[in-house]
Amino acid sequence: MLSRVAESIFWMSRHIERAENIGRLIDVNIRLTLDVPMDIKLQWEPIINITGDKDLFFSKNDVADQDNVIDFLVFNRSYANSIITCVNNARENARSVRAVIPIEMWQCINEFYLFLVAPIATSEAISSPNSFFSKVKNYSQLFVGIAETIMPHDEGWHFLRIGRLLERSDKTSRILDVKYFIVLPRVDYVGSAYDNIHWAALLRSASALDMYRKHFHGTTPANILAFLFFDPDFPRSIKHCLRVCDASLHEISGTPMSGYANDAERRLGILRSEIEYSDVSDIMQCGLHEYIDSFQEKLNNVGNAISDTFFTAQPPTSMSIRKIYR
Amino acid sequence: MDFSSYCTESHYDEYFKSDGLPRPFISLFIDKIGKLSDKDILRRKDAAETALLQAGTTFSVYSGQQSQIDRIFPFDIIPRIIDTDDWDLINRGLKQRIYALNQFIGDIYNDQKIIIDKVIPEQIIKSAKSFRPQCVGLYPPKGIWCHVTGTDIVRHADGQLYVLEDNLRCPSGVSYVLENREVLKRTFPAIFQAMSVFPVDDYPNYLYEMLNNLAPENVDSPTIVVLTPGVYNSAYFEHSFLARQMGVQLVEGCDLIVIDDFVYMRTIYGFERVDVIYRRIDDDFIDPESFLKDSQLGIPGINEVYRSGRVALANALGTGIADDKAIYAYVPQIIKYYTGEDIIIPNVTTYLCSDEKQQKYVVENIGKLVVKSVNESGGYGMLIGPHATKQQQAIFKDKIKKDPRNYIAQPTLDLSCVPTIIENQYEPRHVDFRPYVLYGEDIWVMPGGLTRVALPKGSLVVNSSQGGGSKDTWVLRKPNKNEESAPDVIKTASQVGSCNA
Repeated sequence: MLSRVAESIFWMSRHIERAENIGRLIDVNIRLTLDVPMDIKLQWEPIINITGDKDLFFSKNDVADQDNVIDFLVFNRSYANSIITCVNNARENARSVRAVIPIEMWQCINEFYLFLVAPIATSEAISSPNSFFSKVKNYSQLFVGIAETIMPHDEGWHFLRIGRLLERSDKTSRILDVKYFIVLPRVDYVGSAYDNIHWAALLRSASALDMYRKHFHGTTPANILAFLFFDPDFPRSIKHCLRVCDASLHEISGTPMSGYANDAERRLGILRSEIEYSDVSDIMQCGLHEYIDSFQEKLNNVGNAISDTFFTAQPPTSMSIRKIYR
Repeated sequence: MDFSSYCTESHYDEYFKSDGLPRPFISLFIDKIGKLSDKDILRRKDAAETALLQAGTTFSVYSGQQSQIDRIFPFDIIPRIIDTDDWDLINRGLKQRIYALNQFIGDIYNDQKIIIDKVIPEQIIKSAKSFRPQCVGLYPPKGIWCHVTGTDIVRHADGQLYVLEDNLRCPSGVSYVLENREVLKRTFPAIFQAMSVFPVDDYPNYLYEMLNNLAPENVDSPTIVVLTPGVYNSAYFEHSFLARQMGVQLVEGCDLIVIDDFVYMRTIYGFERVDVIYRRIDDDFIDPESFLKDSQLGIPGINEVYRSGRVALANALGTGIADDKAIYAYVPQIIKYYTGEDIIIPNVTTYLCSDEKQQKYVVENIGKLVVKSVNESGGYGMLIGPHATKQQQAIFKDKIKKDPRNYIAQPTLDLSCVPTIIENQYEPRHVDFRPYVLYGEDIWVMPGGLTRVALPKGSLVVNSSQGGGSKDTWVLRKPNKNEESAPDVIKTASQVGSCNA
């Protein structure tokens, strides 16, 4: 498989997953409005904070409210991580590999894009956000379904899976980070019903609430962290995402899971063992935000190693390169 | 919907003779299609168009910054039918022509005997923009330069076939031929079977074999790739279609890299050597080190690897010299020089504006002539005298005087017509024809080709960018004796309307 093709598939998948997760975040925050006490203003700033693009947002907006956050995170074409930019990128990636992906996959992404650029989209996102954001989620899930059911499970499919799961584990960690940024109005709110609503909202934004309830009763921060970080079976938990990612990398290289054949496998292996052999007490000891920060950095390194290993490999130094193009 | 109101006017019609009777080899088709109801034909027409859209047989049209529209090349379900005698002529004529042009290109970049023997004036070669000094002294694998050719052939009102244009660089359109055939076989299965038509489906196999034949001597199972400028090229569909049909990788310039005097492609498992490249990028863009410096599409250093024989390119670099339209005028002499034979399919009379006397004739008669720029194709840079305004004619007169070497002129041909469904009626529309020729171990002419049709009434411009569509082209096999006598009975029933009589 050509490096360019693998890279396009990887990013196509990653961008679709990213779009879905941004949609989930916004959706959950809107749901929160139904539960917060009347005297407390709903906070949109935490959502902006976890994107890591706070400065950019506030260079264009004075305050973070529902309308301008939605406009920024969904429809802003000049913002690199808005839903519309992600889907547009996914579409351009898909276009360049149209000959290798199922036609349904191209059609799905194309329809997703057309849905977002339709003149009615902006007003729908404001007036009926629930239906709008569930459509966003549905397109992404349709995309994954097509990959699972129609695409041959070859290298391309593995890169698609790796892109999706790297992105998902990053976003799950960011969803947890929301809690760090939410400022409770008074100290005695900690542990209150209001606090619990927040934790439940986090679970819901990862579509994890029902699954969580089967394992735990009551929403305690420790249990929620344990579930979203370390549950081996829940498909959005970080542990699960990394396991599957690792399996795909080894499928591509053909090496047994016990070892590594390239830097991507090595780095992911190190990160995976850390997650495999940690528990909530390690997170608490380190501090949630710090732990997540360090996790995201290591995850970025895995992403870079994948790129170096498969997409932008350089010829061995013994060979004389005339000129590397691009 | 029948042929009773069909009027061939004064044009040569591929279906009907001037007396209004169908040509003998067409009768069977007319009889069969006459038995289908209007509704049935229109239903089949819709199904064919849907099938082409689903197959993604599209070309790209851009509108604005964000949106790209994929359109199907308009397709008409009434095929152009070529009988055995015409095909025999085309087949022999193209083999002769491509053989001679290939000899010519090799000669021009090496010994230039044809100039020394004063068959072609040196000046015309020296002044050709398409002459590539980078190719001087080049000997491509097995001496073959033009591996894939699409020659445009037209029929004039006199009933004679002419070669209008040679396309020896990267001719496109063959994917439409294959897709059109797939669709039309499903549209008229019974008629198709009854007509005994040569298949075209094995083109990708022949193409693969031809490319395989080019591999460097010591390579047993060569790695072959198709090189495309990328998704935004209007022929991208064809590039990816051919790569899929041959089961080879479709690469872009950025996938290829020259290391240690070989060409490699970058794969997820490392660098894999590439032996043969079917390139669909023009000479100018293929190597920024040897050709256009700012090319973003090419592979730096590939020309050197190519010259040393470590990678093969199809077509060879430099072939554009043979489809310079001023050199076209010399093709009869070129054929005579390299084969000793007379040209089988004649050229269209061509006036070279670089010749003073001929230029005078062109300027005085511009209203009757078609003026073409020597290096352009696709219907660009040309003037159709009879359809042009005085002002447009004046502009071209001016252009000719400023840069005479860049212009040639030809009489306006009255292209032949084929019935075409226009708003649920059969109407005559002008067509041309582009068969594809592969030069591998032998020269092979695909028995079929792309028939392009000018859809606006009276239009002579068949290019897709300017309102052209396409038709399937059926080349008939030699008829069995039994079949020959069949059509007589139906002649009267299918005779065309009275305007001819």
